[in-house]
Amino acid sequence: MAKDKSENLDRVVPKLTSIPDQKSVFAMGWDELVPGAACFSFNEDIDHTVVNVQPEDRIYAETNSINKYVGDWRVVKPVWKADLCIDCQNCWLYCPDTSIISRDKEMVGIDYDHCKGCGICSEVCPTNPKSLVMFVETMKNEEALMQWPEKEGK
Amino acid sequence: MSKLKTGNSRVMDLNTVEVWDGNVANSHALRQASVDVVSAYPITPSTGTVEGYASHKANGYVDGEMIMTESEHAAMSGCIGAAAAGARSATATSSQGLALMVETLYQAAGMRMPIVLCLINRALAAPLNVNGDHSDMYLANQSGWISIDACNPEESYDLVLCAFKIAEHKDVRLPVIVNQDGFLTSHKAQNVRPLDDETAYQFVGDYLEINSLLNFDTPVTHGVQTESDWHFEHKAKQNDAMMKSPKVIEEVFAEYEKVSGRKYNMIETHCTEDADVILVCMGTTYETTCVTADKLRAEGKKVGVMMPRVFRPTQLESFVKELGHAKAIVCMDRSAPGGQTGLLYNDVTAALYNTDKRPLVTNIIYGLGGRDINVENLTGVYNEALANVEAGKILSGTIQQWVGVRGPELKYYSVEG
Repeated sequence: MAKDKSENLDRVVPKLTSIPDQKSVFAMGWDELVPGAACFSFNEDIDHTVVNVQPEDRIYAETNSINKYVGDWRVVKPVWKADLCIDCQNCWLYCPDTSIISRDKEMVGIDYDHCKGCGICSEVCPTNPKSLVMFVETMKNEEALMQWPEKEGK
Repeated sequence: MSKLKTGNSRVMDLNTVEVWDGNVANSHALRQASVDVVSAYPITPSTGTVEGYASHKANGYVDGEMIMTESEHAAMSGCIGAAAAGARSATATSSQGLALMVETLYQAAGMRMPIVLCLINRALAAPLNVNGDHSDMYLANQSGWISIDACNPEESYDLVLCAFKIAEHKDVRLPVIVNQDGFLTSHKAQNVRPLDDETAYQFVGDYLEINSLLNFDTPVTHGVQTESDWHFEHKAKQNDAMMKSPKVIEEVFAEYEKVSGRKYNMIETHCTEDADVILVCMGTTYETTCVTADKLRAEGKKVGVMMPRVFRPTQLESFVKELGHAKAIVCMDRSAPGGQTGLLYNDVTAALYNTDKRPLVTNIIYGLGGRDINVENLTGVYNEALANVEAGKILSGTIQQWVGVRGPELKYYSVEG
């Protein structure tokens, strides 16, 4: 049976943050906006030690794209079978939307709020059978794990 | 980034009067402004502008980067990337190149990138044509770029320097196109009185970075998506900056007059004060029409010329002020109108309609694909307008006429409606 680390995901997906006294950007008039629709990642200039803080512990600005849910763009989704995974980090490296979550070089799971289902993670997965496989979005992960492909011959 | 108040590390000694064509003039303006990034895909007749910059760079006269791209779309994309990163950037193009660039022109304006585009006006194909008309200038007319027009190399040199200062001003932050006529200006060497390198750089000033990507203290995303929630507000802010830009443009022109002695105006006029007939035209045609007007003035005919130096944003209020007293106005559009009236005609009539001024306003389509327009042609245009004034009506019976084309007379849009 696959190890299921999905309960960890709640912890590693950052929460939407806002400053209580600050007007929401969604209520601003045209004169209050930043020219050119530039979106700031943080509310203030950063302390460069922020690189040592995990994303879930950072205070992001409301305009940070981490607060934008794009999971419904997907038609197909990657499903991860943890017991096949060798933690090579290929998927983490190649994911164009930083939606592979890894801690201390160990795969934790997939950020389905931001993954757009491009399939690159599955493509670069080197195990046989693959530990990341694309399934239709509507299929439950438990069901997908039951239908895992067999090992391919050379 | 441009070095603080030093510009380029190597100075080029220039004569008081240089003999430059429009492209060479542009390339020296780009050099003196110490442009950080020129990203370009050369096209006739604008090749000389980027070729000149590349040559100055190769010879160590400019501290910048020259990026050769695979298309004009990529050229402007490179400028946008450089500007977003925090660099002064510029490019040049013409005609088909501008057409391929259109998608990114809108990106540059919407992202509020203060890029300068030297647009050497050339006809749009088909049929393929390398000569000057204003169809590319007109194509960019609603792209959100400030559009300024030069009539000769010296004006283009001056206006490119001004363009950086206008575009980068904190209250503007919009890209600027500086137009000149293909070949007629770009390839005809004429006298140019350049500023020395230090004066030119001091005038343009250091590049003002706003929310640049390379400012790692304040991480920022450029080129974002906005849907029905924000898009309207951002376009409103962008357009408001455009509508308020004339104040800055006038300040920059005034400051440039102090360093160069040359005065530019939002609207250029020649003999219009008491004129019965005013021709409205742009580019080299403005100079030819000034010569024609002087000749007719000597014959006692009250004629004048007006050119919108700043084509976009449109100066409707100034049009009323400069044209309102005329009895007839002829709007000369050097672009195939595509089944409508020309843009100058549209602008002029829009300006006058809600006033009590009712001059006879006609539209001439001329000079397509570089077809010559000379003093005789323009004398004919003036005389026809003077006859209209005498008769108190448009004698041709139509708003639009095509002038200088072979074959049967072409007239459209009956004044009877």
